[in-house]
Amino acid sequence: MSSIEFRDLTVKFGKRTVVQGFTDTVRSGEWLGLIGPNGAGKSSILRAIVGVIPSAGEVLVDGSSMTLRSRARRAAIVAYVPQDPLMPSDMTGFEYALLGRAPYVGYFGHESRHDRAMVADVLERLELSEFADRRLGRLSGGERQRLVIARALATEAPILLLDEPTSALDIGHQQQALELVARLRNDHGLTVISAMHDLTLAGLYSDRLALLHAGTVVASGVPEEVLRAETLAEFYGVRVTVHSEPDGTIVVIPRRDALD
Amino acid sequence: MPASVLAVVLAVLLGAMIGPAGPVWWRVPLALLDHLPLISIDSGVTDREWSIIWDIRMPRVVLAGLVGAMLSVGGASYQGVFRNPLVDPYLLGAAAGAGLGATLMIAIWDDIGSDWPVDPVPAVAFVFALGAVAITYLVGASFGGMRTTSTLVLAGVAMVSLLTAMQTFVLQRNSEVVREVYSWILGRVSTARWDDVRLVFPYVAVSCVVLFFHRRQLDLLRVGDDEAVTLGVPVTRVRLIVVIAATLGTAAVVAVSGLIGFVGLVVPHMVRLVAGASYRRVVPLTVAFGAAFLILADIPGRMLTAPAELPIGVVTAFVGAPFFIVLLRTREISR
Repeated sequence: MSSIEFRDLTVKFGKRTVVQGFTDTVRSGEWLGLIGPNGAGKSSILRAIVGVIPSAGEVLVDGSSMTLRSRARRAAIVAYVPQDPLMPSDMTGFEYALLGRAPYVGYFGHESRHDRAMVADVLERLELSEFADRRLGRLSGGERQRLVIARALATEAPILLLDEPTSALDIGHQQQALELVARLRNDHGLTVISAMHDLTLAGLYSDRLALLHAGTVVASGVPEEVLRAETLAEFYGVRVTVHSEPDGTIVVIPRRDALD
Repeated sequence: MPASVLAVVLAVLLGAMIGPAGPVWWRVPLALLDHLPLISIDSGVTDREWSIIWDIRMPRVVLAGLVGAMLSVGGASYQGVFRNPLVDPYLLGAAAGAGLGATLMIAIWDDIGSDWPVDPVPAVAFVFALGAVAITYLVGASFGGMRTTSTLVLAGVAMVSLLTAMQTFVLQRNSEVVREVYSWILGRVSTARWDDVRLVFPYVAVSCVVLFFHRRQLDLLRVGDDEAVTLGVPVTRVRLIVVIAATLGTAAVVAVSGLIGFVGLVVPHMVRLVAGASYRRVVPLTVAFGAAFLILADIPGRMLTAPAELPIGVVTAFVGAPFFIVLLRTREISR
């Protein structure tokens, strides 16, 4: 269980500012969905948290700064599922998931029996045991995506970052992957921050949404507040109908003009 | 693992047994056993024959083993840190640098006399090899940041072209040494003496040990620099250490044995096809099979055109390439 707080997080690529003064607090066990058009800065926020790209401002986990922690310690706190993970086709499923234990292994060390047992257990729980000895190149997109989540889970990090976790999946596998994350969040009290394109899915799974536009948060709050037709029209430049189901689910439906 | 040890032992025995002169082949293992401590066997080998085994054949066997092990493990490590299967240990200019250094020394050798304490050709080749890689690394890392391996690879390509052009220029101006330079470039272990072995052994040993201890890090780099960072790997440092270790060993063996191509590319891939791609297995196995491969590749060279010697670089490519293609095909079909 960990909370994560952003104080004026700013990311620049050269002279271009891609994230401007992002300030937010994600409570322990909360799921924050980052939405916004391409290039709005969603991925950059996630990548700045894990230190892949340089940033200014502060990221605090449970009140203490991420930058003050060692590299391995940071890796043990935040697990990152990239948008387009590089998955070597000749690596086995078990070898891949085992990489998630890296933060706990010394520079010259090797994974202990505990590490291996733990990874085997994660694969078991995610019903991935049958892929342990299979090569990644032989797995489907959905199976691979679940293995990436398994690797993230193997780090036992309390905070999980998902960058477009379902963009490459069909609707069934999208739901499967997100249900898996939701279940794991429930079981382990994970704090989740996800960048997502599908607004309906983002609203369905997130507790709270932050809409980014050109690096700045332009709307933030529970899905009903953020997913409004006017707001989306303004920042995405789209015409949509936002429909509320009786159970509170918000559905964003694209509209098109009739052809003359 | 036992298979790899067996392969090395068999290769060493074959390398010691086969040659145009010397004792009957089956006496050689007996003679070698006889010289082990606490063992006494009447091998029937004369002192002169023992001298052929120990002073002529064994140095070249051991040197071929060291060179093969180093080029193979260096190639595997380079392929790992650059995440590129086509890379060999000469990528960043080690071979081209050594080539230019050796060419310069051979071309101007007559002018400076021969009263140096060490043979200057390998010494200068070694220095030039290290210098070339250092410049490539600094140039490649200075633009595009350390996180992109492609700038480093491209800087290597440019450096190799530049050094090769300079070498060609020197050769053009000193055409009388072309033959000598080419025989150096094509690679040889045939003139090896124990001095050569002693010269390269420390570099190869240090290099192999460092690479061996980075095999888990090499596995982590396989998922990409960014993800390796999120898993807590000091990516830039790991890459630099691996490149330094692999380059030091490669420069040393290139300086002594010339440019033996193909080994650093083919042996790691053979090992991967057979034992899987995890560097935990690839690194130790390439050391063993690289050694065995080059010891064996040295044997036809001394027999086919005896008493002349076929350059070992020709043999490695001539035998290795078809073998590799066959292996690639059969593995692809069986998958």
